[in-house]
This record gives sequence, C-alpha cells and structure tokens, in this order.
Amino acid sequence: MALQELLQLEKHASFGLKSVDDVELSEEIEELNSEKLTQLPITPFTMNKNVQLRDSNTGRHIHINMEKGTTTLAFKYQGGVVIAVDSRATGGDFIFSGSVKKIIEINKYLLGTMAGGAADCSYWHRSLTVRCRMYELRNKERISVAAASKLLANILYNYKGMGLSMGTMIIGWDKRGPGLYYVDDSGSRYSGDLFSAGSGSPFAFGVVDTHWKYDMTDEEAYELGRRAVYQATYRDAASGGIVRVYGMKPTGWVKISEQDCKVLHYKYADEKMV
Amino acid sequence: MSIESYNGGAVMAMAGKECLAVVCDKRLGARLTTIGMNHSKIYEINPYLYVCLPGLATDALTVYQRLRFRVNMYELKESRKISPQVLCSMLSNLLYEHRFGNYFIGGVVAGLDPATGKTYLYAMDCLGAITIGTEGFVTGGHCEEQLYGTCEALYRPDLGPEELLEVASQAFLSACDRDAGSGWGAFVYIVTKNKVELKSLKARMD
Repeated sequence: MALQELLQLEKHASFGLKSVDDVELSEEIEELNSEKLTQLPITPFTMNKNVQLRDSNTGRHIHINMEKGTTTLAFKYQGGVVIAVDSRATGGDFIFSGSVKKIIEINKYLLGTMAGGAADCSYWHRSLTVRCRMYELRNKERISVAAASKLLANILYNYKGMGLSMGTMIIGWDKRGPGLYYVDDSGSRYSGDLFSAGSGSPFAFGVVDTHWKYDMTDEEAYELGRRAVYQATYRDAASGGIVRVYGMKPTGWVKISEQDCKVLHYKYADEKMV
Repeated sequence: MSIESYNGGAVMAMAGKECLAVVCDKRLGARLTTIGMNHSKIYEINPYLYVCLPGLATDALTVYQRLRFRVNMYELKESRKISPQVLCSMLSNLLYEHRFGNYFIGGVVAGLDPATGKTYLYAMDCLGAITIGTEGFVTGGHCEEQLYGTCEALYRPDLGPEELLEVASQAFLSACDRDAGSGWGAFVYIVTKNKVELKSLKARMD
C-alpha cells in the first residue's frame, strides 16, 4: 500500500480495466432475485466471448479441465420414464467422489440429470428449480416439462461459447403425459424417447438399444436402466460408484434403487454362472 | 492425458521379513475405455526376481523383450544368475539409451536373495533414474501418488508372508479405488525363500 501511494497509483490499480472490487457487493446482494440468477457477472477482460484465457508464461490457452466422465440414461416406455445414473466424479483420472447425486430433484414432477461440469449442472438446475417454483406461484399450475426444459435451454444459449459444460436430461410428467428432453451447453434442446449423456453413454446405448421394448413392465424397465448403467460403469473408467434408478409416473417421481456397482457386478457374474 | 497413462495400470512391490510382495492391477485401457481385464504388468526374470513395467503397454512389451535378451546374454556369458542390482542397472541403462525419444513406461525391480532372505526393491522413471526402495516399498504407474499414501499408512517392517499379502493387497486396492485408470482386480506374487505364490485379487469392477 505504501508503495502504491509513493507511485501515486490509484487504489486497486487495474491497468485500465474495471476491477471486480468496483462492483458494490452489497448492491449486488440486494438485487439478487430469481432474475439475477441468470445474469452472472463475467470477468471484465472477457467481454468478447471469443477471447480465451491464456497462460501468462506459455501464452497457451488455459484449459479448465472439468468433470466429464459420467453415465446418465433416461428412456420412455409404456409406464412412464426410467432414469438411471452412476455416481462417480473425476478430475482428470483422480476419483473425487464415488457417491455423487447426479439425479437432481427439481420438484415432485420434475427431475434433471447431471453430466459435464458438476458446478455448472448443480447451479443451473438450482436456478431452474427457483424459476419453476416461481412459475407455479404466478400461474397457479405446474410448469410443463417442455417449458421447464426451454427455460434451461434459453439460459444455456445465452452463455453459449463461454465454456459452460452441461449435457442434461429434463424428465417430468405433465398434462401431456411423460416428458423427456435433452438440453446441452450448445443451447440445443431435443424431445425424444431415449437419451444418454457422458463418457459411458455409448455402452449404455448399446444395452438399451438391444433390449428396449415399449411394452415393458415397470420392473423390466427399471432393470434395463440399471443393467445399462452397470455395463457402462464396467467398461468406462470415468463411470462408477452407485447405480441410482428413478422412475417417472403420473403421480411424480419415485426412487427405485441405489446399489453399489460392486454388488451389482458380482450379482450379474453369479447369474451368468448358472 | 499423457501417452504414459494411455493404457492405465499401476504396480507396487513391498518387502517383508525374508519375503516379498509384487502387485499389479489387471486393467488394460484405451484412454477411458477398458479393453482388457486380465493384463499383468509383472514379468518374471527368475522365481526370485521380478520386473514390473507400468505405462504404455506396447513399450512395456518391447522393453521386456529387449531386457530379456540382455539378461539371457548376461547369464550365458557370466554363467550365473542375474542379481537384482545388476538387473536394475541393466534396465536403467536400457531406458537411458533412449534419452532422446524415450519409452513411455516406468520400471520397478523387486528381488529376493534365496540364500540370505534379503530383499531388493528399486523403482525408476521413464529415463532410468533409480530410486532405491529403502522404506520397504516401491510404486509405479498411473496412481503412484495414491499408492505412496496407502503404503506409507499401512506398511510395517518385518511382516511375515501372510500379513504382507494382506497389507500389500489392502494398500493396493485402496489406491486403485481412487484412480479411474487402474483396478479391475489385481495379481499378487508372494515370494519367499522356498515358495512363490501367485494370487488373483477380486476388486471393484468400476
């Protein structure tokens, strides 16, 4: 500080750029409502979306390595929607956690799945939860799955090209029946009968595509989801931990099972021996 | 991800009282995809001497074959069995010969002198810089850091063969459970003065 005065530098000299300190934090907090949730301050020097962070020594682009290894799966059948996910969080090859909740319970009739950056997914799903609740209070009726997924897709489109990493499914039940949408960081949003996201998705797709039938019973469908995610944890190094299975029914979501991969592996191995 | 961790895999050797445990995992991967679950990284030079080559699998095979050639030539010329110290120098030299264009592997040499029961542990990096395993264990491969943690926590000196199997297995499996690139079971060689046992460990398969 003494040196700063001696050189007659401005307080918080930031070389012509607006410093983060200049923003009155108290004002920011006061204004924080559900609208503000979608207006995150961006770093002052990346006003242009194409500017990327660079390493000061090498001049190379700084790559933020975010959690991408995952298997998430959701598909429709005659009784509703089955959602199955793993629970591993990796950073590079290190396993940060083996018990992450990758199914996010938005409300009684809406679920989201998490693949990509863990912080991105949990923050934007949280923000979506707020917006869905606000919709419900304003309109005295539940938000449709189509509308909820579109809220998220619109937010992600606004942040397109800024490095968000998300591949998420929004699953719900509304007036139109079961709803299943895939929304990702590029801003795209698709409705469909079967989606899977994450590094283990090719393996999960392989199992579901082989065995899926529209007329499956609930139990068959849950077992198919469980088996598909288990097979993905077996082959994919970045998926593992606990296999969680949820079902979406006209009465809202139900938690079906949460089983350790190890238990499932030796159970399936025993079944093969018979 | 570096090419050295393309295939994944981890190795470890631990010394007990007149016995030795040499451990490796069974995974062979292609980046995140597991393509083999029965891939040993331990190569037997003779029943009392083992070399582990973690890293890029193609280089490990090449280095083993070249090392095997040199060991055979050495034993024919000298008319005696190779010692752990000599094998370690030999592997170190082989790796340093490729200083400019190196093999993407590490190296662990573990040996037991059947006459005295003395154990020898060495580890080296891809260029052949030798670390002597004076603490009683050496590690290598994809989850080296995790292995150092578990070994330092669980290792005790002068373990008998049964206890050594238990400690080495626990340390190895715990480390692999924190690494995406290693695991899918493990092989353990328990070497004593008059017996070698190969155990296959069951593990988490994710």
